[in-house]
Amino acid sequence: MTEPLLTARNLVKRYGRVTALDHADFDLYPGEILAVIGDNGAGKSSLIKAISGAVQPDEGEIRLDGKPVSFASPLDARKAGIETVYQTLALSPALSISDNMFMGREIRKEGIMGQWFGMLDKAKMDRFAREKLTELGLMTIQNIGQPVETLSGGQRQGVAVARAAAFGSRVIILDEPTAALGVKESRRVLDLILDVRSRGIPIVLISHNMPHVFEVADRVHIHRLGKRLAVIDPKEHSMSDAVAYMTGAKVPEGVAA
Amino acid sequence: MSDTPDPVVERDRSEAVASFEHHARGPLDRLQHFLHRYPTMVPVIVLVLSLIAFGLIAPNFFSAFNLSLIMQQVAVVGTLAAAQSLVILTAGIDLSVGAVMVMISVIMGRLSIEFGVPVPLAILIGLGCGLMTGGLNGFLVTRLKLPPFITTLGTWNIFLALNYYLSGRETIRSQTLDAEAPLLKLFGERFNLGGAVLTWGVVLMLVVFAVLWYALNKTAWGRRVYAVGDDPESAALAGIQTNRILMSVYMVAGFICALAAWSSIGRVGSVSPTSFFESNLESITAVVIGGISLFGGRGSILGPLIGAIIVGVFNSGLRLAGVDVLWQLFATGWLIIVAVAVDQWIRKISS
Repeated sequence: MTEPLLTARNLVKRYGRVTALDHADFDLYPGEILAVIGDNGAGKSSLIKAISGAVQPDEGEIRLDGKPVSFASPLDARKAGIETVYQTLALSPALSISDNMFMGREIRKEGIMGQWFGMLDKAKMDRFAREKLTELGLMTIQNIGQPVETLSGGQRQGVAVARAAAFGSRVIILDEPTAALGVKESRRVLDLILDVRSRGIPIVLISHNMPHVFEVADRVHIHRLGKRLAVIDPKEHSMSDAVAYMTGAKVPEGVAA
Repeated sequence: MSDTPDPVVERDRSEAVASFEHHARGPLDRLQHFLHRYPTMVPVIVLVLSLIAFGLIAPNFFSAFNLSLIMQQVAVVGTLAAAQSLVILTAGIDLSVGAVMVMISVIMGRLSIEFGVPVPLAILIGLGCGLMTGGLNGFLVTRLKLPPFITTLGTWNIFLALNYYLSGRETIRSQTLDAEAPLLKLFGERFNLGGAVLTWGVVLMLVVFAVLWYALNKTAWGRRVYAVGDDPESAALAGIQTNRILMSVYMVAGFICALAAWSSIGRVGSVSPTSFFESNLESITAVVIGGISLFGGRGSILGPLIGAIIVGVFNSGLRLAGVDVLWQLFATGWLIIVAVAVDQWIRKISS
């Protein structure tokens, strides 16, 4: 088997007397879609936050390409190539699609205007944004200068995913990407996820929606009581099995009860 | 393989199909979308209508002299409104702008006249103090996480007290300034431009707005200011250091207040610790009428310039028409209410 791209071992995170992560492990392999499922309060989001740099684990080790890394902030994780699409999407509704895609990493013009007066190269950014959206089949959006708030929920999700895919060279984390969407729009976002994987970028998908998880995931990481209970192959287990493992109603084979 | 569908699955599949087809738009809808796209059009329309109205009812309203006089009258408050706009764009508010301005004018005047500091140096010190007042506001807002309204309500009083202390409640007279520090009155100097009489203070105001327009629309800093005002959590998650942006906004605002202070000495002709007492609220009025949303992140920097001019046009027009001064206040009050109501209506588009 190939080496995992991103691993975590024995992560511990305590909030006062609550232990959110209790020696949790995590493995992500190149080019796969790994779904992370778990009941509310199982520590899924703490795990994801630790990997994306939003929280710093008290103990344990995260390795990217086999090298230990420690992220003091989401910016650090981003610099290492780990992009996160948050459930809230982290888009600025009043700003344009292009502005949002480049938020925090704008491109300046070359020459004096860019260097001395900080002038942005809007043409270049618009072109890049349009390219990225077209690549992902999202160019039903006609106008790249359109404010994000005038887009539908699915289109907004598309912009956020496109932003991550455009810059996240190593790993993309998607937090509940279909939670706020209807059937049609969820469909498009799932296609988008498969499309991103086909570019060779591995994806961590956090979702409550079992049909979606079982449809796109290559492996399913089941989180329970602050740690990884098991990783299952969605082709060999049913959705009801997964829900039963998640809630403790059943124990997967090979796991000590 | 799953053969018995999970109840969760069932529920999810019966979800309503999302509908995002566009409905046919009525004229009102189209207007709403148009104004949403170009928020500055609201003050532009108001300005054009009021110019037409006062041109019809007030004699001599449209003379080049009167129009340029309006510009002179709004120069100081307009410059302050530029500072106020920046802060309001970040969903804050700065109640201290007027007090900062008066205090800095006192600092510039006192240093030059009483302490014999060379005038250019006194001006530089004053501009530096402006940066520091902004820095104090910014520090309280970003580090101590105090709401901007409360922060600047506090610093307003503090700067007002310092202003009285530094000035000894005394006015520096115009003649003294002419004799010892004419440079302080630079922005009150007039020049002719084809029948119009403008002051350098008007030019300063226009330059400040032009520079801010460039910074807000053409640089990464400007885009980030909008993002922070629009949704600070999203901006932070998108990798923006929101505190640094806020800090820079308050400091730039403080600096512009100091420029307004220099300009105000020229406008009044003297340095008075009791001048421009209402300029705080007048600056907010200009910003609101100019279509910048008090909720942050929306509106063009050119709006407040037009907003300040609208207030000037109303005051001048009503005066020329021989209307009692109280109706100027009355009209301004309605302008504010209508402007905010229109802003709310435009913002509904996003929900």
